[in-house]
Amino acid sequence: MAGAAANMAAPMPTPAAPGRGGSKKVLPGFNLTLGYTVLYLSLIVLIPLSALVFKSFALTGPQFWEAISSPRVLASYRLTFGASFAAALVNVVFGLLVAWVLVRYSFPGKRIVDALVDLPFALPTAVAGISLTALLAGNGWIGQYLEPLGIKLAFNPNGVVIALIFIGLPFVVRTVQPVLEDTERELEEAAMSLGATRWQTFSRVIFPSIAPALLTGFAMAFARAIGEYGSVIFIAGNMPMVSEITPLIIIGKLEQYDYAGATAVAVFMLAISFVLLLVINALQVWQRRRLGAA
Amino acid sequence: MSNLTEKRVVATEAPWVRMALITVALLFLLLFLALPLAAVFTEALRKGVGAYLEALNEPDAWSAIRLTLITAGIAVPLNLVFGVAAAWCIAKYEFRGKAFLTTLVDLPFSVSPVVAGLIYVLIFGAQGWFGPWLAEHDIKIIFAVPGIVLATVFVTFPFIARELIPLMQAQGSDEEQAAIVLGASGWQTFWHVTLPNIKWGLIYGVILCNARAMGEFGAVSVVSGHIRGQTNTMPLHVEILYNEYQSVAAFAVASLLALLALVTLVIKSVAEWKHEREMRAVAELPPEAPPSQPVKA
Repeated sequence: MAGAAANMAAPMPTPAAPGRGGSKKVLPGFNLTLGYTVLYLSLIVLIPLSALVFKSFALTGPQFWEAISSPRVLASYRLTFGASFAAALVNVVFGLLVAWVLVRYSFPGKRIVDALVDLPFALPTAVAGISLTALLAGNGWIGQYLEPLGIKLAFNPNGVVIALIFIGLPFVVRTVQPVLEDTERELEEAAMSLGATRWQTFSRVIFPSIAPALLTGFAMAFARAIGEYGSVIFIAGNMPMVSEITPLIIIGKLEQYDYAGATAVAVFMLAISFVLLLVINALQVWQRRRLGAA
Repeated sequence: MSNLTEKRVVATEAPWVRMALITVALLFLLLFLALPLAAVFTEALRKGVGAYLEALNEPDAWSAIRLTLITAGIAVPLNLVFGVAAAWCIAKYEFRGKAFLTTLVDLPFSVSPVVAGLIYVLIFGAQGWFGPWLAEHDIKIIFAVPGIVLATVFVTFPFIARELIPLMQAQGSDEEQAAIVLGASGWQTFWHVTLPNIKWGLIYGVILCNARAMGEFGAVSVVSGHIRGQTNTMPLHVEILYNEYQSVAAFAVASLLALLALVTLVIKSVAEWKHEREMRAVAELPPEAPPSQPVKA
């Protein structure tokens, strides 16, 4: 940083020494920026995360296993993974629909609708949580009409799924949208001029080209949903064994000063996040190859 | 780009299919996005503007607002500097382990916010690595402001880097190399060549980073200790009021955060729109003559 500041203060442009090793080396700042990136990454992310892993070593194998596989914790996995999967699935269907409508059709207010899709990225999760609860609780705007019909959407696993749909929607829309914009309309026209119906064109020509993006969007929405806390805890009801998500299990253990137990569950969650991150990366590489080959 | 030459005769759906798809998509967005947003403001104003303002004009609310502003004011600039540095070295150079480094930069996105909070408790908390040392020197990190800032820095870590890396990769480094060859210093090159090119992406990243920094709940909740008037950020204050059945007050504070979200979306849309226009201007140049000077959109 000091070097950069000195350069800024220098009154005259100092001619840079010509690069010795070809044009790639001409740009200055590699050592500085890489060094800073690695240092900051280590301090904020890597060392703290490794602290988590080291702390879990304090537990013996059976203790660790017991912490991550007690019935209450297992029930929370079922809810967290099940609800995240269901929500990501809903988001794939409606996210594709929204992306399709935004890319292919024009209608009044499209720009506003397009901007609104990012709302879950911008709205704090706690705000989303209390507002969804206000809508869906028995006396809420929507809940009051559903409760007489015997449909309960708040304070049970349904509420968890709904909160996770809200959180995950933009991930699918924003991964599919650019790919859909880039699909070649000529291919569709060719398919149709060869006698394909519109549905055949969609399922055989368009869908294969956006499938990697859809899967990536699904994986991203799923990964985000698994760790989600703020929006879910207000609407879930948080009943042990029924509507208690895994992040809440960690908080519960912390509040009882069970640091070892919290650490064990957190390590398990971290391992899953890591696997999902690798899956998402692989999907993105696949998608880029697909696009490159097309 | 091909829209200009597109023939609309064949490749589209029947009008009724189009109408049906648009209707279903808009209904879904209305139910899942517009209605929750509207509910925040309606609930906040349910007992009138007087009650709304009264709920906001309260010392604990003010201190929550102040803490949120301080937290974002520290976390966003830190991640901004990191984002620019990371994007510079990842986008402008080839080196071993680059793909791995890029993956690591993304890591905080996929870590649960609760786990993010927990790791700092394990390091700086009473039971943590530095806990005894910190207690001896009377330094508080966990259940105090530094812990809140750290947790926020963690969860907003990749936002700006993530926005800049693909953008700077797409732009390549021809313009920077030309500037260097013509005698500009590294800093001048960054300031006069790179920055104008990435400014919309940068604004976009900063604004999203800021929204998340101000709105973070899970990670901050673990490290804050929920001391009213001291370590409560706005989202935590919303939770406390909500759990005390002070619905109007909770939604009043929440409405400020919702307003922040709306402002974020507006700035984001404008930045995106400006960026698209600039990209289009660049794309319309003949391919033989890459732009040697910034293109005015």
